Amino acid sequence: MAKARSKAKAKAEVEVELFRKHKDEKKGLWTWQLKEFFQILREDGTLVDERLKPPLRDEELIELYRWMIRARTYDERALALQRQGRIGTYAPLSGQEAAQAGSAYALEPQDWLFPSYREHLAMAMRGLSWVQLLMYWGGLEDGMRIPEGVNVFTVSIPIATQLLHAVGYAWAAKMRGDDVATIVYFGDGGTSEGDFHEALNFAGVFQTPTIFFCQNNQYAISVPRTRQTRAETLAQKAIAYGLEGVQVDGNDIMAVYKVTRWAVEKAHAGGGPTLIEAITYRYGHHTTADDWTRYRSKEEVEEWKQRDPLKRLRLYLEGQGLWDEAQEQRAWEEAKAEVAEAVQEYERIRAQERDVEEIFKYMYAEMPWHLREELEDLRQYLRERARERELEEGEA
Amino acid sequence: MAQLTLVQAVNDGLRTAMRADDRVVLLGEDIGVDGGVFRATEGLLQEFGPDRVIDTPLAESGIVGTAIGMAVYGLRPVAEIQFDGFLPPAFDQIVSHAARIRWRSRGRFHVPLVIRAPYGGGIRALEHHSESPEAYYAHTPGLKVVIPSNPYDTKGLLIASIRDPDPVIFFEPKRLYRAFREEVPEGDYEVPLGKARVARDGSDLTLIAWGSMVPVALQAAEEAEERDGVSVEVIDLRTLVPLDWGTIAQSVEKTGRVVVVQEAPRTGGFASELIALINDKLLLYLEAPVQRVTAPDTVIPLGRMEDYYLPDAGRVLRAIRKAVTF
Repeated sequence: MAKARSKAKAKAEVEVELFRKHKDEKKGLWTWQLKEFFQILREDGTLVDERLKPPLRDEELIELYRWMIRARTYDERALALQRQGRIGTYAPLSGQEAAQAGSAYALEPQDWLFPSYREHLAMAMRGLSWVQLLMYWGGLEDGMRIPEGVNVFTVSIPIATQLLHAVGYAWAAKMRGDDVATIVYFGDGGTSEGDFHEALNFAGVFQTPTIFFCQNNQYAISVPRTRQTRAETLAQKAIAYGLEGVQVDGNDIMAVYKVTRWAVEKAHAGGGPTLIEAITYRYGHHTTADDWTRYRSKEEVEEWKQRDPLKRLRLYLEGQGLWDEAQEQRAWEEAKAEVAEAVQEYERIRAQERDVEEIFKYMYAEMPWHLREELEDLRQYLRERARERELEEGEA
Repeated sequence: MAQLTLVQAVNDGLRTAMRADDRVVLLGEDIGVDGGVFRATEGLLQEFGPDRVIDTPLAESGIVGTAIGMAVYGLRPVAEIQFDGFLPPAFDQIVSHAARIRWRSRGRFHVPLVIRAPYGGGIRALEHHSESPEAYYAHTPGLKVVIPSNPYDTKGLLIASIRDPDPVIFFEPKRLYRAFREEVPEGDYEVPLGKARVARDGSDLTLIAWGSMVPVALQAAEEAEERDGVSVEVIDLRTLVPLDWGTIAQSVEKTGRVVVVQEAPRTGGFASELIALINDKLLLYLEAPVQRVTAPDTVIPLGRMEDYYLPDAGRVLRAIRKAVTF
C-alpha cells in the first residue's frame, strides 16, 4: 500500500514537472510556464528523466522511426521529381518529422486530421498513400479524393483557414454526442491570421474537442517568427482565449507524442481544446518556388540539423540496443523501394488519358445547364482543333 | 394558410426545416435570445434550444468557417450574417472553401450550408447596411445564389436551399421584410432552385428582375400598360445560380424586347451577364438593344440621397420606352 502511494505521488510530481503548470490564484486560471519548452529526449539520444518517457512500446518507437525515414525519403524524392519537372511546386517537410509523426500517432482511430499543405507524413500515417500525395503535387485533383475510412481532410492552402473547419467539425461531433476529436496543423505565420484567433475563440467558448497543432518552424516563407508577434511564445496565445497552451520540443518525438496524447485524452474526456506549439525547423525551402539562402545562413541551418529528429531517436534506439547499423541501412533501402514504387504508380496514373469532364464534374452535386454547355463547347473546340491539326499534318 | 410578411416567412421556413430534420442548426450573431436584429429567428431558441440556435461570438469568418466544418460533418447549418455589408470578413471562407470543397475532394466531402443575409437598400440605414453584393457570389463557381421577392417564395426557396447538397447564398431583400403580407401555406413545401417565376404575363417586352427590384418592375409594368399600352412580361429570377434560362428564352423569343433591372452598381453586375447571354443566344429575336437599369457605380448613399440612387419605377419605365421606341 505504502509503495503504491509513493508511486502515485512520484507520478503526480512528474506530471507537475511535465507541464510546469501553475495556477494564478488571483485569476483562478491555469497557465503554463512557457519559457522552457518541454523535452524528454535530448539531442544526444538520452532521456531528460526516465519517468517522463511516454508509454510507447519498443516496437512502436521503432515503427515511428521507420515512418520518419519513409517521410524523409519521400521528401527528398519529391524534391528531385520537382527539379526534373515530374511534379509541380512542392512544399518539403524535412526537419519536421517528429512534430508530425508524434502528433498524428497520438490520435484515436476515429479522430480527424485537418492538414495545411506540409503535413505529408501526418497524412500518410493516417492512411493517405504516397501515390495520392504525389498525384496532388503532380497536378492531379484525384490526389485529394480521400478514401473512405481515411480520417483526413483535404489540404488547405489559404493560411489558417482550416482551423475553423476543424473547430466546426469537432463542434458538430460534440453536438451529436459522437466521440470524435480533431487535430489541425498550421505554422508560426498562421498565428497572425484572423482565422487563428477566431478559431481559438470559438473553440474556447464552445469547448470543442480540438487540438491546435502549431509547427513553429521559425519562418513564414522568409519572415522570421519575431516578425509575426511580439509575444514571447506562440503557445501563450492560448491563455487569452481561456485555453491551455503548451510549448514542446518539436524535434523530440517522445515529447510531441506525450503532449499531444495528453491533449487528445483531454479532448475526449470533454476537457475542450488545447494549443500546442512544437518548436521545429524546416531544412529546405518553403516550397520549391523559394530559395532559403536569401533569408537564412548556412550556419543556422547546420545548427538545427544538430537537433535532427531522426538522429535523436536513432541514438536512443541504439542506446537501448533496439537498433543497429544493419537495420538502419535496411530501413532506408526499404523506404527507398516503397517510394520508388509509389513514384512509378503515380507516373502510370499521370500518363493516363483524362476526360475534360473532370474539370466540370465536381462543382455541384448535379451539373447545371451552364456547365454542361461550357463542357460541350470545350469538347467541340478540342474536336475542331484536332481536325485542323490533322488537316495541317496532311498538307505537310 | 396564414398571412405572413417576408421576414415571417423566413422564420416559418427555418422552423419548418428544423422540425423536419434535426441536423438543421442555426448560427449567427444575436439570433438566439434576441431573435435576430430583424426578428427572423424569433422564438426558435425557445423551440429548439441553444444547441440548435446558437448565438456565436462576433466574427463572420468564424461563423462561416465553423459552419463549413459542421456541414462537412453532416449537419445542415444555416449561418446568418447580420447584414450584407458584413459578408466581406467571411468572403475567404465562402469563396476559398465552401464553394470548392466538393471540387477539391472530388465529391468525397461536400458543404450543405446556407448563408442567409439581408441585402439591399431602402431602409435609410447606416453605411455597410444596404449593399447588393450578389454578383460576387454569382461569379464564384460552386455556389448557388437565391434571392426571393415575396413571402411564399421565401419560405419554399429557403427550405429547398437548406435541403440542397451544395452551399447556397440566400439574400433576403430587407426593404421587403415587412412591405406586404401574402398567403403562405402552413407546413412543408419547397420552391425548387433554378426555376424563375413569370410574375406578370405580357407580350411586348420582357422585364427581368430579382429580389427587391421585383415590386419596382411590377409597378413599372403596370404604368407602361396604363400610360403607353405596352404589355410587359415580368420575370422574377428567384435563383441567379443556377439560372432558369428556359423561362427567359421563352419570354424573349415572344417579346423581342428586354429590360433588366438590378439594385447593384452597373459594372460587372449580374445584369451584364444576362444581357451577354441574351445577345449570344437570342440576337436574331431582338427588336432593340437590351436595356439595363442599375444603380450607378458608386457607394450607396446614406439615407438622405438613397432615393436618387435606387432604381425606381420611373427609371424602369424610361428604359421600357427606350426599348419600345428603338
